[in-house]
Amino acid sequence: MSAPPRIEVENLSVVFGEGARRVLAVDSVSCRVEPGASCGLVGESGSGKSTVLRAICGLAPIAGGRVLLDGQPLERRRSKAFTRQVQMVFQDPYGSLHPRHTIDRILSEPLAIHRFPRTDHRVTQALSDVGLDPAFRFRLPHQLSGGQRQRVAIARALILEPTVVLLDEPTSALDASIQAEILNLLSRLRRERALTYLFVSHDLAVIDHMCDRLLVMQGGRAVEELGKGALASGDVSSDYTRTLMKASAGFVRPAAV
Amino acid sequence: MTEPLLSVRDLSVTFDTRRGPFHAVRAISFDVGRERVGIVGESGSGKSMTGRAILSLIRPPGRVEASRLTFDGTDLRNLPERQMRRVRGRRISMVMQDPRYSLNPVMTVGRQIAEALRVHGRPPRDEIRRRSLDMLTEVQIRDPERVLAAYPHELSGGMGQRVMIAMMTVTEPELLIADEPTSALDVTVQLEVLRILDDLVRRRGMGLIFISHDLRLVSTFCDRVLVMYRGRIVEEIEAQQLAEAQHPYTQGLLNCLPRIGGGQGDLPTLQRQDAWSHA
Repeated sequence: MSAPPRIEVENLSVVFGEGARRVLAVDSVSCRVEPGASCGLVGESGSGKSTVLRAICGLAPIAGGRVLLDGQPLERRRSKAFTRQVQMVFQDPYGSLHPRHTIDRILSEPLAIHRFPRTDHRVTQALSDVGLDPAFRFRLPHQLSGGQRQRVAIARALILEPTVVLLDEPTSALDASIQAEILNLLSRLRRERALTYLFVSHDLAVIDHMCDRLLVMQGGRAVEELGKGALASGDVSSDYTRTLMKASAGFVRPAAV
Repeated sequence: MTEPLLSVRDLSVTFDTRRGPFHAVRAISFDVGRERVGIVGESGSGKSMTGRAILSLIRPPGRVEASRLTFDGTDLRNLPERQMRRVRGRRISMVMQDPRYSLNPVMTVGRQIAEALRVHGRPPRDEIRRRSLDMLTEVQIRDPERVLAAYPHELSGGMGQRVMIAMMTVTEPELLIADEPTSALDVTVQLEVLRILDDLVRRRGMGLIFISHDLRLVSTFCDRVLVMYRGRIVEEIEAQQLAEAQHPYTQGLLNCLPRIGGGQGDLPTLQRQDAWSHA
């Protein structure tokens, strides 16, 4: 029998609100990510792509379906073992770091919660792994640029040595030049540590660059699942994916009249 | 050669800080005719400050200096605020990045558009209504009557941005400064907004300054691109020739973007050189 996928999402549904204000944010979405693979979720705002990630870590209420980690269904309340295995990096590095905590405290806190030994050594190591100078250790987030903050957020996610990293638009708030550096960092870390990524982005090119497989989402549903190279060869079947591809190619001037 | 619509020479924006003066824009010069000019750069390169300086929207302690800043023959430097207000909004308008922050949340769309019209003359009420509806139709809003009575929070991001464009163009300006008008929008909505701007430039012969961090988008939309780096224009290039850009910074910005089908190898990163800020 072959090994179970690292992360499996089965007919996942997420509902917010009740009665007339009931919103079906995610409508029976399924996907499997093998160990060491990288799967992308693409779609526009409101398509439910971030909600899928949030539901996996227990930040959004699951109304139907289930999530399995290494073949084991997750309990309602996520265990400490789960949070060690699965970590998340959020979109906005300005909002996801505590403004009054030093980088040292931000990185030490997960270690304290999980009772990791040798905190000091791990913090220095985590900083150097993400390419930050040790001098940043006792600074506050506002003293760092957007790219440096996102490196701290990645360091915080990786300091517990997880196997799965959930990335929610990790580069959308960054300049193109900084985006390239962060994407390279994420690729290198995945290679070195055999990490499994679930990568959410609205940018098709970023997903094509980072992922082996991708799921196109629209209005809470998975519209299409594509393998590597399908975007490049234009081998897509849904109209929505084609619209997205056309839109990301840029503006086309209407022919002069 | 005809006089350009806007002519800028040696424009500088300086902020005095505790650590000495900070030069946000350093002596840049450019002209804008009835065309689409893109200003591209990373955050902090001074592109937004340039747009604001043209409309003298830089507040003290910021200082604006220029050896020439003329719009259609009028010298905008040291123009009294009263006269500047006649230019601002009526002849030069500005569309901001995020409709959620730049529309008044407690006023209906209709009142906000009417306000824009009333600032410049006192048209009768039915004319205001007619012109507002026409303008909303022009920016492809399907149900203008409903939108006119709506508050900004009742609109989606794309609708909000169209309302913003309607409000800023209802006075039929000759020059529109659009500061990241599509950055907060989804790609498909982004294209619709661009199409509307494109249409306005074509039919009205309006000049457009399009400020963006997205080099690829700008190159498909604008006629000419000014690339800014740390307050300076490092390269000015015809949009269609962007692929042959000479400056290493422009090339670096283009190359660091991932491409569909570009493979999963490492992306080339930008190697900054000190010389770029002294060019």
